[in-house]
Amino acid sequence: MAEHSAAQQTAVYVYEAPVRICHWINFFAIVALCITGYLIGSPLPSVSSGEASDHYMMGYIRFVHFAAAYIFIIGFVFRAYWAIVGNSHSKEIYTPRIFSGVFWRDVWHEIKWYGFMTSEPKKYTGHNPLAIISMHLMFVWGSIFMIISGLALYGEGAGMSSWQYTFFSSWFIPLMGQSQDVHTWHHLVMWLLIVFAIIHIYVAVREDIMSRQSIISSMISGWRMFKDNRPADDLD
Amino acid sequence: METFYDVMRRQGITRRSFLKYCSLTAAALGLGPSFAPKIAHAMETKPRIPVLWLHGLECTCCSESFIRSAHPLAKDVVLSMISLDYDDTIMAAAGHEAEAIIEEIVEKYKGNYLLAVEGNPPLNEDGMYCIIGGKPFTEQLKYAAEHAKAIISWGSCASWGCVQAARPNPTRATPVHKVPGLAAKPIIKVPGCPPIAEVMTAVVTYILTFERFPELDRQGRPKMFYSQRIHDKCYRRPHFDAGQFVEKWDDEGARKGYCLYKMGCKGPTTYNACSTVRWNGGLSFPIQAGHGCIGCSEDGFWDKGGFYDRLTDIHQFGIEANADEIGVGAATVVGAAAAAHAAVSAVKQARVKGETD
Repeated sequence: MAEHSAAQQTAVYVYEAPVRICHWINFFAIVALCITGYLIGSPLPSVSSGEASDHYMMGYIRFVHFAAAYIFIIGFVFRAYWAIVGNSHSKEIYTPRIFSGVFWRDVWHEIKWYGFMTSEPKKYTGHNPLAIISMHLMFVWGSIFMIISGLALYGEGAGMSSWQYTFFSSWFIPLMGQSQDVHTWHHLVMWLLIVFAIIHIYVAVREDIMSRQSIISSMISGWRMFKDNRPADDLD
Repeated sequence: METFYDVMRRQGITRRSFLKYCSLTAAALGLGPSFAPKIAHAMETKPRIPVLWLHGLECTCCSESFIRSAHPLAKDVVLSMISLDYDDTIMAAAGHEAEAIIEEIVEKYKGNYLLAVEGNPPLNEDGMYCIIGGKPFTEQLKYAAEHAKAIISWGSCASWGCVQAARPNPTRATPVHKVPGLAAKPIIKVPGCPPIAEVMTAVVTYILTFERFPELDRQGRPKMFYSQRIHDKCYRRPHFDAGQFVEKWDDEGARKGYCLYKMGCKGPTTYNACSTVRWNGGLSFPIQAGHGCIGCSEDGFWDKGGFYDRLTDIHQFGIEANADEIGVGAATVVGAAAAAHAAVSAVKQARVKGETD
């Protein structure tokens, strides 16, 4: 990639197809999970007509929740696999270089950029360090928590002989206290992911406009475009 | 040595009734029909195991439930088998005589008696909040546990702490398995406030008959009664799946017997046998009576906010709030911050543009 750091800086292929596919699977799955999950905690107004056998409202909502959850889990596992076999950018949010002083200095630089304390951002082909650390903490660990707690809750209904109960419910529910606590934490971390999504989307739009590289189109095409010819700060 | 069967016959129970009891108990324990003769054989041949039934901080609802066991034989037989030894609420002896029985049993049956605990000990002030026979209950409990074969934790008090352990727990009421210095004995928890009578008698019968605990889950509860949630076997479950809910206590849904989920029913998070075994001889249980489950067999149920709220309170956040209130609050703050930040960014961008033009 050294030749890019010279004069004419063109596009760099950053996000491989599996990364992009997983990103958009996550998007649709998380939207479905948040809506249906919220409706499981606070159901729609009662269906007041007819026999119970005429309706299946909560049944459908829960089905969508569980189906989206399995899609999300499979996507998440595949994405973690791709972090191992994919290019260097696919590893970024899984392995933040938290023991590197340079990394934290660059995190601070990004915080200053967002605090309007510096006139120009650094230029990155991948994610900026602040994005890496917030995605790692909020998205990666948030997702892991949701997958474990979600399977633990699913195991309650699936029963003690199910693999979900054996591998998740059996240890996770006592760890959190009791079933009600697992429900509450599953609910709270949903809001953490919603907060993450708000920040993520806002920052992506803002960076797309104000930073020195393309953001939104890159997650569709895979290519990072640059707005100036100076070398990127994360290419060595 | 007197066997269980001898005790039963002495109680005037016919052999026919005895065999019926054995098969019913086998059914209640979830065992196959072939186990009925095994139970009968065990009860005919094994010497009965003495049981000490201690009471700490409690309300006696476990005892009240126990003596109301639907099966008359279970009540008479099991109760007579154990009341012969020690249970300060229902035994004939009182005062020093009663307390002497504990010592006698411990000395006579070292390592062979069962210790059933109703309630729990308060640990603060050296246990002074619960004095029995002039001594803190903690000491009585530790003494009796030292030589016991095993311990039964009756009800939510002994199993989890229950209301006397509610925040801020001034007496430091502590469930049996968390009492420091207690001899390391196998503990079976039979939570509930109170536990179901049939569950209690079945557990005692199982232990006395097979001389071991039934299969337990990770938290020490017998799987045969605590492996499913109330919700899993609730007769109102079809209304839940249909989305038919009681919205107010006096609405049409309440009259039609719709699901009590929105009224804060804790059935979906409570492991117990109420929706299958039911209460008072299978007559009814809370949800059947039109009131949601309060989750009385779950750890910490007394500190989870209103019994009538679906989403329970989280105390760690200072003011009591539920997950949605915290989440909407956080999302609003972050959303507003993003909007403000966007506005400042736009102004800055415009100024930079203006300078470069």
